[in-house]
Amino acid sequence: MLAAGVVLWLLAYNLIQPLANWIAYSLLGLSSTSRLGEAVAFFLYDVPKILLLLSGMVFLISIVRTFFSPERTRALLGGKHEGVGNIIAATLGIVTPFCSCSAVPLFIGFVEAGIPLGVTFSFLVAAPMINEVAVILLFGLFGWKVAGLYIVSGLVVAIAAGYVIGKLKMERYVADFVWKVHRQANIGQERLTWTDRVERAWQSVKEIVGKVWLYVVIGIAIGAGIHGFVPEDALASILGKGAWWSVPLAVLIGVPLYSNAAGIVPIVGALIEKGASVGTSLAFMMAVIGLSLPEAVILKRVLKMPLLITFFGVIAVAIMLIGYMFNWIL
Amino acid sequence: MLTIKILGIGCARCKKLELLTRQVVDQMKIQAEIIKVTEYLDIMAYRIMSTPGLVIDEKVVSAGRIPSSDEVAAFITQAQKVSSF
Repeated sequence: MLAAGVVLWLLAYNLIQPLANWIAYSLLGLSSTSRLGEAVAFFLYDVPKILLLLSGMVFLISIVRTFFSPERTRALLGGKHEGVGNIIAATLGIVTPFCSCSAVPLFIGFVEAGIPLGVTFSFLVAAPMINEVAVILLFGLFGWKVAGLYIVSGLVVAIAAGYVIGKLKMERYVADFVWKVHRQANIGQERLTWTDRVERAWQSVKEIVGKVWLYVVIGIAIGAGIHGFVPEDALASILGKGAWWSVPLAVLIGVPLYSNAAGIVPIVGALIEKGASVGTSLAFMMAVIGLSLPEAVILKRVLKMPLLITFFGVIAVAIMLIGYMFNWIL
Repeated sequence: MLTIKILGIGCARCKKLELLTRQVVDQMKIQAEIIKVTEYLDIMAYRIMSTPGLVIDEKVVSAGRIPSSDEVAAFITQAQKVSSF
């Protein structure tokens, strides 16, 4: 069954480009050099490609995730000091299944197991920011280098922010009730067979792709429009390297925005193509995906205002620095 | 009668789990009290680290994901066996 699925997937994936071109240029009769023709071919090619990639890669990542759990991550982080702990926590943030509504139970679970506050924060920054949908979309639309860049940047921000906050010793700004939750006994790990894992991975694919496909379509449609109709370099003056204030501006706009990664990535990509610099765009993406108002509202239940503001502030600054760095080196 | 609790602050996944659970309970035509637990202190009493959580007769059967209807049905059947001792 699985083998059949893989074969079908490979077949479909290799047929998309020729099919897209055929529909746009032969069936609809659009010219391959016209803006409309280009935009339509782009759209017809990228939507199925991204949806297929999403299905395939979410499946693979979900299988990996069945080997991890918050309980297991907590056990792995126990006893690790800051520094090393931050690095491990950020890395585990990528593979541990996480949803932002779980941020609080997870935070409480880590904290009262004795994991340092800074290490916990490294996890809490990495997990939502380096989310698989964003990475898969970046990979599918812009290649593995860009996707890799995003992952590395996310890790750096998570490790640095967590480390800095840890050093600030703000434990007293954690809500009082958190310290009242008693030490938890380690709940035993579920025993999963390979059939279980495949079944769960398939459920994940249905859930995630089902939630996200419309945003992908809309995002790519807008991206296709920008690709086909906005003149080259139109955005260089406001979002290009030269404008030093574009990075902080991008981050400030991005922080309160809450968007599905699926919608934002294609649009940002098209903007880069039209002159927005990579560093600014990366910073914008990280700010949108990694920080959001809903997340702040959730975290407010366990973090008192000074700590919450510090949390968002440190992350925002780290993102800005990454943005500047990439504008400078690329 | 079984007591089923859905642990979660109210995001889309928690609502989905509640809907799924109600559907399974209806299909199985059993008597069950379904309660939503939305306060963190109450949720933490069950020692889970990710929501949504599914608790049947005070035992955590699932946390951090939405089980399939077959799985929920299996959990309920299992709980019924235990409670009939």
